[in-house]
Amino acid sequence: MAISLYSLIEAAILCLNAVCVLHEQRFLAKIGWGMDQRGFGEDPGVKTQILNLIRSIRTVVRFPLIPINIAVIAFKLILG
Amino acid sequence: MDVPSGFRQSSGKKKKASKSQNRPQLFEDTSVNPSSGFQQTDAYYPPQHHDPMAMQGGGYGMPQNQFPGQQYMNDPMANMAVQYGTSLAGQGKEMMNKNLEKYVSASKIKYYFAVDTAYVGKKLALLTFPFTHSDWSIRYNEDEPIAPRYDHNAPDLYIPVMAFVTYILTAGFVLGTQDRFTPEQLGIQASSALVWIIIEVLAMTLSLYVMNMNTELKYLDTLAYCGYKYVGMIMSLLAGLLLKNNGYYSVLLWYSLCIVFFLIRTLRVKILPHQHDGFTSGSKRSLYLILTISVVQPLMMWWLTSHIMFQTKK
Repeated sequence: MAISLYSLIEAAILCLNAVCVLHEQRFLAKIGWGMDQRGFGEDPGVKTQILNLIRSIRTVVRFPLIPINIAVIAFKLILG
Repeated sequence: MDVPSGFRQSSGKKKKASKSQNRPQLFEDTSVNPSSGFQQTDAYYPPQHHDPMAMQGGGYGMPQNQFPGQQYMNDPMANMAVQYGTSLAGQGKEMMNKNLEKYVSASKIKYYFAVDTAYVGKKLALLTFPFTHSDWSIRYNEDEPIAPRYDHNAPDLYIPVMAFVTYILTAGFVLGTQDRFTPEQLGIQASSALVWIIIEVLAMTLSLYVMNMNTELKYLDTLAYCGYKYVGMIMSLLAGLLLKNNGYYSVLLWYSLCIVFFLIRTLRVKILPHQHDGFTSGSKRSLYLILTISVVQPLMMWWLTSHIMFQTKK
């Protein structure tokens, strides 16, 4: 199976998009993954780490992802 | 004629100083005469006017000057320009190094390439037969791992890089024996293997982070450990070349066992002892993580070599 570097970049952008659209109040709080469910203890645990990871990805990536998405959409429209 | 002499006027003092050193080899060696502005202009003019004379003069003036272009160095303007250019290039390089240092620090990478022949030989032997090695601990030098040259258990990046390149070449060779080779195949195989390595390193780093492991396993170490299986892949490809299916599968099996054993022993040293905080559930989790990583490696080895050995059905 020949994966190219471009496929990797595409997959990465899709995954980042998926993480960024998880809305904090409308969705995550409803399923118990919100920010108020974080505990502050000695043992962060797997769930806390994942929640932290989602939150930090969202904070960092949300802003640059908009122009990247626009660029990829334009690219795909023009080049098919 | 006017312009050069105009230049000359502006830097008269410096001219006199450099004049007395070595005159260009366009003329005979009468360079002590400072009043010949005639000679100055020759230094300015581009060499195409004076080439025949330069050649002849160059042969004469060789003992004094190393290269015919020396005449340009005598101009203070050219000198200043060269020095400015050099300092600018140095500054640019410095700035680039500083910026790169944030992402890929060069000194850390140099650590991984500080290997010698004995280390490489021992490491390859270890990858082929790790079962008799007894001491897997890594010696430290004030909380920093010592160079691979001195410690045979330390990870390095030389073997993985070399193994990766050799794997690409071997894959091309095997494809060639099956009449499936085109030069584009080399690029396709290379980028495919590179992508898989990136995915593996990302997955390993991510799982280490999520499991909240306080390890000293930097991502360059992870790259090294993910790259060691390429040695096994090369060997199994070569065996498959010589002995067809049986050779390929048996060598693949042998190297899979070796890499699983090698990784379990090595990662156990690096990951487990750092659970000083006292909570015991961590060690079980890290054991599972080590097992998962080690078991995934043979799968990757098989995945990346099978489509080279065998024709995929169209």
